Formats: sequence, structure tokens, C-alpha cells
Amino acid sequence: MSTVRTTARATATELVVDRIACDGFGMCAELLPEMIELDDWGYPIIRAGGVPDELMDHARRAVAVCPVLALRLRRSVRP
Amino acid sequence: MESRILAGPQAGRGPETFADHAARLGPLPRGSAAQATIPVIEASGLLGRGGAGFPVGRKWRSVAGQGGGAPAVLVNGAEGEPLSSKDRTLLRLRPHLVLDGALLAADAVGADRIAIYVGSAHRDARASIERALGERRDIRLPIQLFAAPPTYVAGEESAAVHFVNAADARPTVTPPRPYERGINGRPTLVQNVESLANAALIARSGDAWYREVGRSSTPGSALVTVTGLDRDGVREIEIGTPIGELAEVMGAGRGPHDRRAVLLGGYFGGWVSAERSWDLPLDPLALRGAGSAFGAGVVAFLGHDQCGVRATARIMDYMAGQSAAQCGPCVFGLRAIADATARLANGTAAGDDLPRIERWSQQLAGRGACRHPDGAVGQLLSSLRVFGPEWDLHQRRRTCSREGFVSSATRGKVA
Repeated sequence: MSTVRTTARATATELVVDRIACDGFGMCAELLPEMIELDDWGYPIIRAGGVPDELMDHARRAVAVCPVLALRLRRSVRP
Repeated sequence: MESRILAGPQAGRGPETFADHAARLGPLPRGSAAQATIPVIEASGLLGRGGAGFPVGRKWRSVAGQGGGAPAVLVNGAEGEPLSSKDRTLLRLRPHLVLDGALLAADAVGADRIAIYVGSAHRDARASIERALGERRDIRLPIQLFAAPPTYVAGEESAAVHFVNAADARPTVTPPRPYERGINGRPTLVQNVESLANAALIARSGDAWYREVGRSSTPGSALVTVTGLDRDGVREIEIGTPIGELAEVMGAGRGPHDRRAVLLGGYFGGWVSAERSWDLPLDPLALRGAGSAFGAGVVAFLGHDQCGVRATARIMDYMAGQSAAQCGPCVFGLRAIADATARLANGTAAGDDLPRIERWSQQLAGRGACRHPDGAVGQLLSSLRVFGPEWDLHQRRRTCSREGFVSSATRGKVA
């Protein structure tokens, strides 16, 4: 499966959304379209697996720009 | 199989008194003897009966080993699932068995308080527990009774803890899960009433006794709520009993042709055609393999004169209305799915409603603080599989082969 391959070459850091805090501003998806798409109501759908190294800077920016601090990076338990 | 959880006086005689209960079952292990029951509960293979089916012994061990202050026990009898009545039945008839389980669990994990959370609509259950608490002289820690609001999500474990802490029965973001930080920030064992009743029996009779019954991979007996047959109601079954066998006991006289389909596990569960269900064991593993769930033991039959699309639309409308309205994907996604499903059901489908509900459903899982959206769309996706041709007919022809489109709002037993 493709997700397995993605995880294998990815770092052990995941994007996590606080679903109660998220208000669907959508800025995260603009900054990180490789990992985040929006549903029909503007709420993020995060791609499964960790954030690849080459996208880490973009991921940090997406986290920083969220107006309600609903997005964060979490060390994943997987190696 | 002889009753175990519901053994004792006939249902018509009402709640079992403490004197009768103690005479029938003998003393309950307390204190350090209760701590020693954790490995016994683990060895029994008892799975939680609130819906998720998590191993009970493992949960007790996690709470006991948490640190961070004395734990709490939350006895969950909220039973918000509309098709289920087994928890309130158990609380009404065997309150002391449930209290035994709560006291045992509290001693086993080292808890210093117990919260009993009973659905506010289940008045007989609450009255029975109150009376039972008044009869006991072996309670050495504070026990408080809480009335769970009559909503679907109120029984979700983080919502239950939230209600005890802040009178707000909406789920919270996890982690931390209640076993890590729950009531007053303490590690909290949230356990369904039937799980506790079983634990109280296992603590007395042992894990080998518990495993003596069970006809498939999961040992033991379980309470189920049957609807849609001639004799509806709560029964205790041996886990692994084929659905058809239960149905025939409850009045389905013509075998698998008697009914059309069955919703297993409740509004969070999944549909299976009656034909396929008849030999299917009522066992969590087997039902998961069939794309359904044991859940809280709901077995709800749909008759031949009833429409699967209609039944699903009623459930989806209810589930969208029962969103705690905290998470966008659940608030907007579930409502949109429910509205499109309603259009399909009543003959006013837009051109792409069916593909849209499929796409939205697949996007929704895992995107709420709790699993309310996951459960709701799981049920819907199983309906699309089981009633596929009927959904197509509702989309393409805007017609219903079963119920027609007139005065159908009052029909149907499932939803």
C-alpha cells in the first residue's frame, strides 16, 4: 500500500488536528496542499502517515498560521 | 444456556433485594482480594459491553498502574443507543450485581470514589439503584449518582467524564483518555454496567467458569436487545449463538425468509441481510468480519415490507441531530449526508446524491473528537452494501419498491 511506503520514508512526526478547536479557516491547506485537503465545508482532511522531511518547514508554517491553534505536530509512536 | 447475569428471581418480581442477592451469590472479594482478581478478569477474556468491546481486565490493569492520585470508577449506564434497553433492564432487575462490580473494580484499581451515571430517562433503573444503595452496609467510599442527559453521545466515555466534572455531556479531545486523566484529573475506569456485572460473577466463580459458555472465539454470555420480531426484548445469550437461532426463539418462524435484514450493534453498527445473518454467530470477531459490529448487543430486524433506504435515512437524521456540534466535519458532514439520504428516501433525490453520500461518508471517518461520525457513516456504508439495488432505484427512478412515498413517516420499527 502506498501509505506504508510513505510512512517508511517519512519522519516520525504527524500532523494532528484538534477537531473541536478547528473552525475551518483552511489556511493550513493553502500552505501544505501536499498533506492537507479540504472537505466540501472547508475542514481539513490530513493525509495518513508522517510528514516527510522535505515538507517539514511547510508543515511548521501551516501549524503556526492556524488562527485558532488547532493544528500541531506530534511525534508519532511509530519509529 | 442457563442465565448468568440475569439469574435469580423472575423478571416480574422486580429488583432483587440485597438479602436475596447475598444469599444467592455469597460474599464478594474486597480489598486486596479484589486486587488479586485483575489477572482472573484478564484470563476470563471478558470484553466490555458498552460498544467498543475493549478487554475489561486490561483496562483495570491500565487504571491501577497509572499513578497520579487515587483513581475513580465511573459506572456507565447512560445507554443512549435508541435500540438498546439491556443496561436499564440490568440496572432495574439486578442492581446489586452492578454495585458489586463497581465496588470490586474500585477496590481492584485502588479507587477512592465511584460515580454512577444512569440515563435520566431510565427512571426505573435509577430508582432501583437508589434503593439498592440504601440497602447496602458494605460501602466504604463515596458513591454519587449522576443523571446522564438523553443524548446519543452522553455515554461516550470522555463525555461521561466531562459530565461528572463539568455537567457537560459532550466528548472532549483525547488524549488524554479517561484512564489517564478523568474525574478530577484522576485516572478513571469508565465501565459499562453489564461489564461490571460480569466481573462481579467472575470474581466469585473464576475465569474457567466464565469460559465454560461461549460457542465461538469469544467466551461468555451477553445481554442483547432484540427488536422487529414477535417477541421483542432483552435476552441473555451465549456469545456465538447464531442470529437465526435467537430470531427463531423470539418468534421468527419461517427461518431467514421471515425477515429482510438485521441491524447489528445499533445505530453505530451495521446491516446484514437476513439470509446471510442466519448462521452468523453473535460474536464480536465474526460480526466485524461481516462488516458489522456486536456493539452493545442490538439485534434489530427489518421486515419485508420495510425499506432499507428509509430505515437508514431515519437513523442518519437522528445521528446528525445528535452531533454534539463541536467538530465541523460532524456538524456539516453528517447533516449533509442525512439531508441527501432523506431526499433519496422520500423520492426527491438530486442527480448526484448517492455518489455524494458515498464520498462524504468515506471522508468522515476519524475526523471528530469522538467516534460519533465514524459510527454513523459505518452504518450508512453497510446499508449501501446490503440494500444496494434499492438505493439505486431511489436515485435513478425516485421510487420505493417497499413503502411507497405516502405517510411513511410513522412506519418502520428500526428507526
